[in-house]
Amino acid sequence: MWHMHIVNDKTSQLYQQVMLDHNKTPRNYRVLDPADHEALGHNPLCGDKYKIFVNIDEHDVVTDVTFIGDGCAISKASASMMTSIIKGKHVDEIDKLFHQFHDMAQGKLDPDTDPNDLGRLKIFAGVRNLPARVKCATLPWHTLHAALQGKEKISTE
Amino acid sequence: MSVNTSSVKEKSRIRIETCRDDFPVFRREVHGKPLAFLDNAASSQMPYPVMRSYTDYHSRYHSNVHRGVHLLSQEATDAMEASRETLRALINARSKKEIIFTSGTTDAINLVMQSYGRTYIGKGDEIIISTMEHHSNIVPWRMLCDEKKAVLKIIPVSDDGVLDLDAYASLFSERTRFVSIVHVSNTLGTINPVKKMTEIAHRYGVPVLVDGAQAVSHMEVNVQEIGCDFFATSGHKMYGPTGIGILYGREELLLKMPPWRGGGDMILSVSFDEVLFNDLPYKFEAGTPNISGAIGMGKAAEYITAIGYDTIYRKEQELLAYATDRLSGIDGVRIIGTAPEKSSVVSFVLDGIHPHDIGTILDLEGVAVRTGHHCTQPLMERLGLVATTRASMAMYSRKEEIDQLIDALHKAIDIFR
Ligand SMILES: Cc1ncc(COP(=O)(O)O)c(C=O)c1O
Repeated sequence: MWHMHIVNDKTSQLYQQVMLDHNKTPRNYRVLDPADHEALGHNPLCGDKYKIFVNIDEHDVVTDVTFIGDGCAISKASASMMTSIIKGKHVDEIDKLFHQFHDMAQGKLDPDTDPNDLGRLKIFAGVRNLPARVKCATLPWHTLHAALQGKEKISTE
Repeated sequence: MSVNTSSVKEKSRIRIETCRDDFPVFRREVHGKPLAFLDNAASSQMPYPVMRSYTDYHSRYHSNVHRGVHLLSQEATDAMEASRETLRALINARSKKEIIFTSGTTDAINLVMQSYGRTYIGKGDEIIISTMEHHSNIVPWRMLCDEKKAVLKIIPVSDDGVLDLDAYASLFSERTRFVSIVHVSNTLGTINPVKKMTEIAHRYGVPVLVDGAQAVSHMEVNVQEIGCDFFATSGHKMYGPTGIGILYGREELLLKMPPWRGGGDMILSVSFDEVLFNDLPYKFEAGTPNISGAIGMGKAAEYITAIGYDTIYRKEQELLAYATDRLSGIDGVRIIGTAPEKSSVVSFVLDGIHPHDIGTILDLEGVAVRTGHHCTQPLMERLGLVATTRASMAMYSRKEEIDQLIDALHKAIDIFR
């Protein structure tokens, strides 16, 4: 039988093609060895678990960043897009993005009207209407943040 | 007494085919879709009669129990005690003294752990639980074991979700002091042979607690026939309010157990040198109880009885078969928990889509399911899973809700394909 379902607007807004693509074929999905920094992020509530590896040069610019782990499409796509976007960026710039991403996911920053540098990351704005999924989108970012600050393990609930 | 007396006339007057109309929640929409509520194992919906018992209490005789000479207090006391009697009858305890109001199953298990456990379980003693326990029947025993240096022994479970009874029998030793097992698994739906398991434990003189949180809304429970020493359940999983539950305990054991919370109501007399504890069940009910909750839980029990367990069981088993059949028809679905005896719970995983994403997409289609580990992490680990999606049906559930679930799953598959 051939199924063609009309997909709910909210669903297609959340699960945009870009996100689904990053979920299916995540970028930078490998162990980085050796790595200057690494951290494990875990959401015990849904079992999402990611390890993020970062290398930084003497000017505090990320030269390479990778991840491994498993979880839902939102968390995996978020990790994949995050790693692609921050490569080559200075840690201060990354810190700014982290906060903007965080605020967007929590609905405190509207990526369409408030000034921001989120670019392609805007596709994650949909989670702000789904409180149960905010942590999925932000877990990779929290983990990256922890890695850059020298913490080895974080856990969100 | 005009308040909350169950009349024989009311018996069998509610028809299962139309009972859904008694549940106002089904009139609402979710994300613009009709609500398909398939998360009944987490908490079931509440019918009007239960709500009315609540507002009745608060609008006509709200007052404290067991203390006032005034009419309102007497009515509140009578209503609460009538509810205790209804609940006694529901699970066929011998006496009302054996029914203790708690805040729920978790609270009831903790009562037994704190009172019986801390008194009668010591260093090197062993407690048997199973792999499929809810966290609320693991954590209290783990805490006790840590405190007393006692040992937890775990009954293994097969891949299809059945407890290994031979392995269970072989876990007993002269150090076994307690068995605590789930009646119906909230994750798998497996109905465990608690009567047989109790018989085995009693051969070794070991008392048994049955966690009945998932049993009472689905099937007749007879604690005397099971033979268990304790039975715990929650109001909110049987169409009643949250924050209320009961512990059934065999009187002989309850008498031997110290109270674990002190305060008003649980005493006969108090001086600064000595306290004389109250009789059962009040010895274990310190402080002002959840009066409206207790009344509501009794009303929920009446509601169930008025429909009848045979009718409920038959309909839910039909829904279970239908859901199992339709889900099995979807490419890539694997059902988790295929025991021969199951309640109306279907857990499943779907190739290539994480349960969390399924849960969100279903929600946006109006379908409420639970996704995750269902508070049974050790079981999930045993089955090699991080999470499942769980659809759980109740007596008011409809095939149309299952169809809505299936349609929504096809949408999820379309999106992710
Ligand atoms: C099998 C089982 N046991 C215990 C509990 C705990 O019940 P409550 O949260 O009402 O105390 C639950 C609830 O999810 C359950 O499903």
